[in-house]
Order: sequence, then structure tokens, then C-alpha cells
Amino acid sequence: MQILFFILAAVALISGVLVVFQTHPLRSALWLIVNFFAVAGIYLLAQAEFIAAIQVIVYAGAIMVLFLFVIMLLNLRQPEAQPAMPFFGQKLGGIILAGFTAVILVYGFTQAKLPPAREMAPGLGNTESIARSLFTDYLLPFEVTSVLLLVAIVGAVVLAKTRLK
Amino acid sequence: MAVPLSYYLALSITLFALGAVGVIIRRNALVVLMCIEMMLNSVNLAFIGFADYYKAVDGQMFVFFVLTVAAAEVAVGLALVVAIFRNRATVYVDDLNILKW
Repeated sequence: MQILFFILAAVALISGVLVVFQTHPLRSALWLIVNFFAVAGIYLLAQAEFIAAIQVIVYAGAIMVLFLFVIMLLNLRQPEAQPAMPFFGQKLGGIILAGFTAVILVYGFTQAKLPPAREMAPGLGNTESIARSLFTDYLLPFEVTSVLLLVAIVGAVVLAKTRLK
Repeated sequence: MAVPLSYYLALSITLFALGAVGVIIRRNALVVLMCIEMMLNSVNLAFIGFADYYKAVDGQMFVFFVLTVAAAEVAVGLALVVAIFRNRATVYVDDLNILKW
């Protein structure tokens, strides 16, 4: 089980690095799809089967397809030219700072004393328990989410609509 | 043998740092949006790790809503990128330095 986690984590990390450092945005999008699939595999290891399926369907199947449609629509063929940086060594400084912060956070989070874990809960992440929690405890966020999606749809249509002269 | 919680958190923090580096370094607005999605994904991973550790389904509910909000945000963000491209013919954030002329 842990070997599988390390394989999936390695795939997620490598594809994450490739997302950031690839020149063409199309390649970044494809590596991000690989990243989402690897993380969905990790969700399966963590007893979150429903969320893993939702991740593949929504994240890799809808959001990334939307990204690919926009990349194709904008027809960005040439890789981006490197603009002049205002400060010398800005990129390297950013990477070093982010790496330093990540090291500190990883050390802090792995050394934290948490309350002890609980025992096995049968059927933790399956659809029935998610539905049972979604429609009783989290009913209000569920309804608010529907309003949020409506607002997002209206906003996206208004923003991307062609103005007729 | 289950995966310990610290492994989930370490991977989540590393992916978050990678996404943050991408947002800072990259000049293409689409890649910046993709790195923001990677950061949200890493936060989802932390939530799932905690849901597995405490055997509570509330972590997974939170992931459900973060995922929905991320989808809505991507839709509106990409509509913005399309509108900007239609107006300025560029998606590089360096070129978006004046509001109106």
C-alpha cells in the first residue's frame, strides 16, 4: 500500500514540476491532467472512492477540457518569449523562497502532535455515506453551491460573449 | 498498513509550493490559472488525508465544495482570459499594465 502511495506521489510531483516548467501551455495542461489522475489514485488509497471519481470526472474531465478548449481557441502556437525581469535573479529567488517555505511547513506539519487516529469505519468514502452527510449536515452549502454555479455560468457567458457592433 | 498522515501532508505542501512557484514565475495567464488549480488540488489532498486519519467524512465534504468552487472559478477565469485576449491580443500578464487608453 505504501509502495503504491510512493509511486503515485512521484508521478504527481514529477508532473507538477513539468506543469510549471514546460514552455507551451498545452503541454502544461496535459501534465496537469496526469497530476490529477495521480492524485485521484491517492484518493483511492485514502478510502475516498467517491471523491476520486468526482476528481476524475470534474477536474480532469471538465475543467481541463475547458482549459484545452480555451488554449485551442486562443491558438497559442509559439512558446512564450522570456520578458525582461525587473529584478535580477527574480525567478531563482522565487523558487528558493518557495522551497524554503515548503521545507519549513513540511517539518512543522509532520512534527505536530495530533489527537490519536480512530479505528476503521466501514464504508467511509462510498457514495452512501457522502450522500448521507451531504443532504443532512451540509444541506445549506449544497443549496448555496447551486446558486454559485448559476452565478458562474451567467458571469462566464457575459464575459465571453461577442459584442455585436 | 495505512499511509501515515504526514505523507499526505508532505505531498500536499510540496504540490502547493510548486503551484505557488508557477504562479510567481510564469507569464502566461493560462498557466497561472493551471497552477492555481494545482494549489487547490493540493489542499484537497490535505483534506482527504485528514478525513482518512480521523475517519470522518467531513473532510471529503469539504473537498466536494472546494472542487465545485474551483470549477466555477476556472469557468469565470477562462472567460476573463478570452475577453482580455479579444481586447488586447495577448495572454501574457506582463502586457496587461494599463487599464484603459
